[in-house]
Amino acid sequence: MSFINYSTKEINCKIVYYGPGLCGKTTNLQYIYQKTDPKMRGKMISLATEVERTLFFDFMPLKLGTIKGFKLRFHLYTVPGQIFYDASRKLILKGADGVVFVADSQVDRMDANLDSFDNLRDNLQEHGYDLDTIPLVLQYNKRDLPNIVPVSELEKALNYRNVPSFEAVAIKGIGVFDTLKAIVKEIIFKLKK
Amino acid sequence: MDNFYLYLSDELKNEIELELNRLKEESNSKAVFLLDKNGQIISNSKNTDEYDKDSLGALIAGNVAATGGLAKLLGEKEFSILFHEGENEHIHINLIDKKFILVVIFDESTSLGLVRLRVKKTIANLLKLINKMKENNKSENLEDIFSDINEEDIEKLFKGEK
Repeated sequence: MSFINYSTKEINCKIVYYGPGLCGKTTNLQYIYQKTDPKMRGKMISLATEVERTLFFDFMPLKLGTIKGFKLRFHLYTVPGQIFYDASRKLILKGADGVVFVADSQVDRMDANLDSFDNLRDNLQEHGYDLDTIPLVLQYNKRDLPNIVPVSELEKALNYRNVPSFEAVAIKGIGVFDTLKAIVKEIIFKLKK
Repeated sequence: MDNFYLYLSDELKNEIELELNRLKEESNSKAVFLLDKNGQIISNSKNTDEYDKDSLGALIAGNVAATGGLAKLLGEKEFSILFHEGENEHIHINLIDKKFILVVIFDESTSLGLVRLRVKKTIANLLKLINKMKENNKSENLEDIFSDINEEDIEKLFKGEK
């Protein structure tokens, strides 16, 4: 749920990075954090296990300048990808204005992608949202690895809505900002409607 | 997606701030915040500059959400009060109307009992203001801001980001 504050002229939106375990959600946020002017962003919080797997969420506030005199502020969250943490995923999804689904391009992670996508649909539904209408962007990550699924196949499997999709190597930053820009665009155009 | 927006007018913001400052003074606490359940700061009392509000909001919202999940598991509707006790500073967290979170940070210069008592009174007053906020939400004046935004405006937002 966007929060529009007329007195401070601020619009706050929540973006959630979703996807199977180890697909690169946290890496996306870390890259954005590294490459953004410190004045534009707040602290990045990672609630992770001892082996750096996300336990609850990563969080990063991002200021994106003004639009029509309103300051745009985005709160970026990731969910824990591991199947075990479904209860936490559900909680984080609540109030999301838009979702980035990060898919792992490796052949042997295709099932995990599909499971996570179904799980996204179910968890959105529990909050009364609909995967068919919520602002959504797809990112096909790890394009630099061997043994990857062709983009056309990923498109066929995941992009039934024909939303913006991007090839990415998040660890090198490739596709990270394109993805972010696209979801911001989707959210703003949704606010417009 | 129903209930996509939450508006806050100048007048309401001032009234809410007044309540939070009153609570801060009457309970002798260090800082008071009002958040929505997603962790966005709606308003705060005086003397809050030293706090990283975004982080505070996100962590408290996560905290409240996790506790709410626990409540459901036990068949409770919610746990409406959370209290974290530190060596020097303590946090008292109260759910209001299932949608908002009142946060009081205090130290040894007051007591949990006094904070709890004052919070109760403040919540009664805040509830009236929250209802007003809900009324305002019904007026559809968002069109004015977004109606003529185009792709170029959004491209501009990202200049200098990379």
